Amino acid sequence: MQEKLLEVSNISISFLQYSAGLRQSNLKVISDLTLDISSGEIVAVLGSSGSGKSLLAHSILGILPSNASLSGKMTYLGKDLNQKRKEKIRGDEIALIPQSVNYLDPLMKVSNQVIGECENEEDKKSKLLKQREIFEKYGLSKEVDDMYPFQLSGGMARRVLVSTALISNPKLVIADEPTPGLDEKSVEETLNHLRQMAQDNVGVLLITHDIDAALSVADKIAIFYAGYVIEIANVEDFSGNGENLIHPYTKALYNALPQTDFKLTTGHQPLHGELPPGCPYFERCDNPTEKCSNNLPILTEISDKKVRCYRANEFKNNNVAIKEESSDELHHTDEIGSFEELNYSEKLDYIEEKDSSKEAGV
Amino acid sequence: MKLQGENISFKYPSSKEYIIKDLNISLKSNEIKGIVGDSGCGKSTLCKILSGYNKSEGKITIDGIENNAKNKFNPIQLIFQHPELTMNPKWKMKDILFESWDVDSELIEEFGIQKSWLNRWPNELSGGELQRFSVLRALSPKTKFLICDEITTMLDAVTQVQIWDLVTKIAKDRNIGLLVVSHDKALVERICDDVIYFDEINQSNLKEL
Repeated sequence: MQEKLLEVSNISISFLQYSAGLRQSNLKVISDLTLDISSGEIVAVLGSSGSGKSLLAHSILGILPSNASLSGKMTYLGKDLNQKRKEKIRGDEIALIPQSVNYLDPLMKVSNQVIGECENEEDKKSKLLKQREIFEKYGLSKEVDDMYPFQLSGGMARRVLVSTALISNPKLVIADEPTPGLDEKSVEETLNHLRQMAQDNVGVLLITHDIDAALSVADKIAIFYAGYVIEIANVEDFSGNGENLIHPYTKALYNALPQTDFKLTTGHQPLHGELPPGCPYFERCDNPTEKCSNNLPILTEISDKKVRCYRANEFKNNNVAIKEESSDELHHTDEIGSFEELNYSEKLDYIEEKDSSKEAGV
Repeated sequence: MKLQGENISFKYPSSKEYIIKDLNISLKSNEIKGIVGDSGCGKSTLCKILSGYNKSEGKITIDGIENNAKNKFNPIQLIFQHPELTMNPKWKMKDILFESWDVDSELIEEFGIQKSWLNRWPNELSGGELQRFSVLRALSPKTKFLICDEITTMLDAVTQVQIWDLVTKIAKDRNIGLLVVSHDKALVERICDDVIYFDEINQSNLKEL
């Protein structure tokens, strides 16, 4: 049965910085983030590197640095999740799979690291049994127990980190960039571990910039743009020409993959501290309205998805007249891709033109 | 012009095992060639050898003349995966950019680099923006061959397309030979005219030993 594990609503994270001399400024890194995770579900948070995704993990665990301030609300199993509760349940009910294998202690045997602190001998014995069981599950033989981290291969060290997260029977696992720097086989292996956890009814929050990895395991994908979540889409929507995706950035992202269209989109993500007052995607959007430049759209629910866009309903039904793009911008799209984006009358024109040219050819 | 690597073999001085064995590779001007291989198979090592950063057995020649990069501008330029590690944090972007060659302002605009970025420190720009600088920095008129070692691996898909669009366009314009190295097969096959599957070739050579 699925139960709602964690609900994060409207959280913002900002940093207090010294700019010139003793002047202080507030740098907003995550704005108005809303997300929820149920048990047995894998939710991926997808954003480019340096966009502040890891801070989400740190805020859930309550390990933000002291100059960061957090606003908004988090609930865990229906109850408010404050700093005190975070400190109590982190490591037990909420576990972290860290980004890098450097998080292992180089001077400590692997098995001791996995079981962590023990109250007495009995506790240690039972934990060691549990650790053996988990290691067995991940194909780590008995010799590995007594090894030091430097004796492990990259893939083995990953499995040890996963075991560390699982030893306390967590209900929620946060995997913070578990795949970069690994070869294809190890990536597949790591993702399989996440899948297995979800099958055991653990909720998984996967934080990544690797869209392939996210697409292959996640149920839901939250797309990060300039510190905002702009769309929470189902994984099935990332297929075909991306016609089921709603937000223009999500579409652009999907169509930019080498496996799809490799389509060029101009412009940059605004930097932290230079966010426009309105929609963060306003400058790059092909079809903005006047409202978009000054007012920030909120994340609204559309059928089973959530989108932050004023024209979401129109984009969803694909009935927005797309501005005529210059051939220069279109040179990466193939014929079918651009055809999908035409509106109805343009499509008719296109077909007629094709037909007439065919006849002429015959 | 033709860049040629003949019988390249490489091992670290401390070990006996070869990482690369008897590899032959050639790259012509105006050619876009790709190398695909898993992480850790020696792609980056090969890049460094070709551009003269690492010494190896075998010969690296340009039109039959051995490339000696000492005391002059290296016509084989290498761009790395992490731009933030290749820039001096104590220098502003303009100093970093103009250190290598006298970049004209048209090209800066073409690269989508805004004037205000030139007055910033490296830590005030994102990875995609920094990578534009490192590509531009390598594109001196004297550059004849450009080796791109996983230059878009850390970037999101939209920025990745932007960077490759720029690099391939400039390479075609300037008649530069481009070597694209990545673990991402789909990407390399999308950009390149010709793809080398590094693992297969290298492994078979290593087995012969």
